[in-house]
Amino acid sequence: MKFGIMVSEGPYTHQASDSAYNFAKAALEKGHEIYRVFFYHDGVNNGTAFTTPPQDDRNIVNRWSELAQQHNLDLVVCVAAAQRRGIVDADEQKRHGKSGNNLAPGFRISGLGQLVEAGIQCDRLVTFGD
Amino acid sequence: MLHIINKSPFENSTLDSCLRIAKSGGAVLLIEDAVFAATKGSAAESKIKQAMAGMKVYALQPDLAARGVADRVIDGVTLVDYAGFVDLVAENPKLQSWL
Repeated sequence: MKFGIMVSEGPYTHQASDSAYNFAKAALEKGHEIYRVFFYHDGVNNGTAFTTPPQDDRNIVNRWSELAQQHNLDLVVCVAAAQRRGIVDADEQKRHGKSGNNLAPGFRISGLGQLVEAGIQCDRLVTFGD
Repeated sequence: MLHIINKSPFENSTLDSCLRIAKSGGAVLLIEDAVFAATKGSAAESKIKQAMAGMKVYALQPDLAARGVADRVIDGVTLVDYAGFVDLVAENPKLQSWL
């Protein structure tokens, strides 16, 4: 079955990103497809490569990047939510004249249309948030 | 239809809103802090027992264990792991996360 996932809460806040990750992993292990993970609102903070948790804590951002690499996942960060919160890729850095960029590997910045499309293409769209 | 609740019933009213609106025959899955609603002796126990008359109630076992309440689950609540969570989503054509 084709699943879409939306995450609308940042990492290390409550549990939404952890729940979404564990759900995605379990779905992949069962042979389902994760069509897209869409990060919206504060969820875009799951996509900053500058995240540096203590070494004995889980690295939520790296965990998503690694899962994306292993399973060729499409991790999409909402552009408007990202700009508000300072999540920037190289193109956005250039366009807005910022001093750096921080989009983590495996993530890409795109628009809300990607969420709508996931809703159309997927058999199920599961929301994790606050 | 699958209703997913993720907040403690002592923190906000999503469980109440869900149980008020959900139609019988559906399923409720308690995850994250919402698993407290599935524990014996809590103020939400009667609501869950009432809900179980018309709906299946599930709770995510890893989230119960993480909160140290896995041994206090109300009789009749079905425990699932993340694989079971995935199955519930696959079995129910419609789902609603009550955020």
